[in-house]
Amino acid sequence: MQLYGTEIASRLMLGTAQYPSPHVLAEAFRRSGAGIATVSVRREAGGERAGAAFWDLVRELGVALLPNTAGCHSVREAVTTAQMARELFDTNWIKLEVIGHADTLQPDPFGLVEAARILSEDGFRVFPYTTEDVVLAERLLAAGCEVLMPWGAPIGTGLGLTNIYGLRTLRAQFPEVPMVIDAGLGLPSQAAMALEMGFDAVLLNTAVAKAGDPAGMAEGFARAVEAGRLAFEADPMEPREMAAPSTPVIGKAFLA
Amino acid sequence: MRAKVLGAGVAGLCVAAELVARGCEVTVFDPAPRPGPHGCSWWAGGMLAPFCEGETAEEPVVRLGREAVDWWQRQGVRVERHGTIVLTLGRDRRELDRFARRVEGHAALDAAGLAALEPDLGGRFDRALHVAAEAHLDPRVALLHLRDRLEREGVAFVEGPGPAGGPTFDCRGLAARDSLPDLRGVKGEMAVLRSPDIRLARPVRLLHPRFPLYVVPRADGHFMLGATQIESDDRRRSVRSVLELLSAAYALHPAFGEAELVEIGVDARPAFPDNLPRLRRRGETIHVNGLFRHGFLLAPALARMAVEAACDHTTPELMDEDHD
Repeated sequence: MQLYGTEIASRLMLGTAQYPSPHVLAEAFRRSGAGIATVSVRREAGGERAGAAFWDLVRELGVALLPNTAGCHSVREAVTTAQMARELFDTNWIKLEVIGHADTLQPDPFGLVEAARILSEDGFRVFPYTTEDVVLAERLLAAGCEVLMPWGAPIGTGLGLTNIYGLRTLRAQFPEVPMVIDAGLGLPSQAAMALEMGFDAVLLNTAVAKAGDPAGMAEGFARAVEAGRLAFEADPMEPREMAAPSTPVIGKAFLA
Repeated sequence: MRAKVLGAGVAGLCVAAELVARGCEVTVFDPAPRPGPHGCSWWAGGMLAPFCEGETAEEPVVRLGREAVDWWQRQGVRVERHGTIVLTLGRDRRELDRFARRVEGHAALDAAGLAALEPDLGGRFDRALHVAAEAHLDPRVALLHLRDRLEREGVAFVEGPGPAGGPTFDCRGLAARDSLPDLRGVKGEMAVLRSPDIRLARPVRLLHPRFPLYVVPRADGHFMLGATQIESDDRRRSVRSVLELLSAAYALHPAFGEAELVEIGVDARPAFPDNLPRLRRRGETIHVNGLFRHGFLLAPALARMAVEAACDHTTPELMDEDHD
């Protein structure tokens, strides 16, 4: 899978927040084989790199880092945070979150497009956290984004893919654009479904970090993502109403 | 044996107490040898809650933490043994089921059961957990009590970093990063409120997917609200954290809206990557560090183990050895 020209081996991405300890976090990454770690900048960014000790532990994971603007509610906050992240992590990748609603944490589509444009013009490679809205996707692509990160459900809910129709439409509208289902996944089966539908990858955090055994859950997601992708590439059968036996019945004593 | 203890926080004082109990001659060195706001322990909640901590902490925390209640009581510290109440707001009630699955030692309460234990919470929550074997203390009272008692028993408290050499227990917390590079700071913010309108007999934990909160009652209508947990060693008290703590307290009981805001505190907890404490032996020095959010809970066990290692030449669990 290529994201902004970089080959990423794993289709599973993990967040780095809310784990019981950095040690458990590292174990979850090891078992998941995740190729990208998202890392939140804003809260920890006290003066003079106060979060440096934790960031060093995240760097030691040895995976590509995707800093995010989690918790930003305005364009200006998000842009400033992105610039800070570029300094801190020496990358022009940014997962752009502009939150529009405090309770559902759903993206502010207007702020998102504006921030994406500003950051793209400034040389950032923007990974926007967006809804399944096709028009919004179009605007984000026009603003310079080459990857989209539609939500499955609101952040941290674990509800899975709540609008299958909308997500299918989005996937079908932009077949060439890499898309990562970001947020809302709670179970590996939901991740498998996203990959079966042709999404390129999934990003999750709470589902792993808050599981009783985060490393075990991480491995569960890794296998599901692999299964889902294999199924997508294998061109699955179409569902149908009528039963169709896989072994011919002719010649069998089915009337006996 | 003559021994030096570096650091007069909860770890240093507990080690000094264990040494004195073995008849050792003890000097405690600290740049500020009287407990106060310069030390991380000052900002602690004082919950002795090994079972609840087991929600996220590893097994040794739950097991070793069970020594804490009796240990503090033996030191003459007032320990309130009324357990812990665990609650959720209505729409988060499934958090309570998850917590109940992962934590031992609790009993389910219905509305009447909760009202019987905590009348001021009656009618506000229809379901709760009671973790009866837990307890709490006032950490500041405990620190001052222990220090004064040790001084009366002949422990010298000396201002300054302390000379090198000889048997040493290094309990300097985050300040020991100069020799423990794998130590990091985890920021915690807390607030103290005073309200004459609410009475609680025991700590209350409010489970919330975004803003977990605990409230620990203290003397004279005071309540400690804690605590954020942020991967940073910065010590700014952020508006956002205080808003979260106060909003959660208000959701727990609206009378907190009328409370007096007495104090907002912050410090960085010393932690190793697995958030478990360590005894690290280096020549004649034993580091006692990484107590994370479990200072008052784990310092008694760690102090016992450190002193056993020094006096009885044992190698206790959580001990590792390295050389400069």
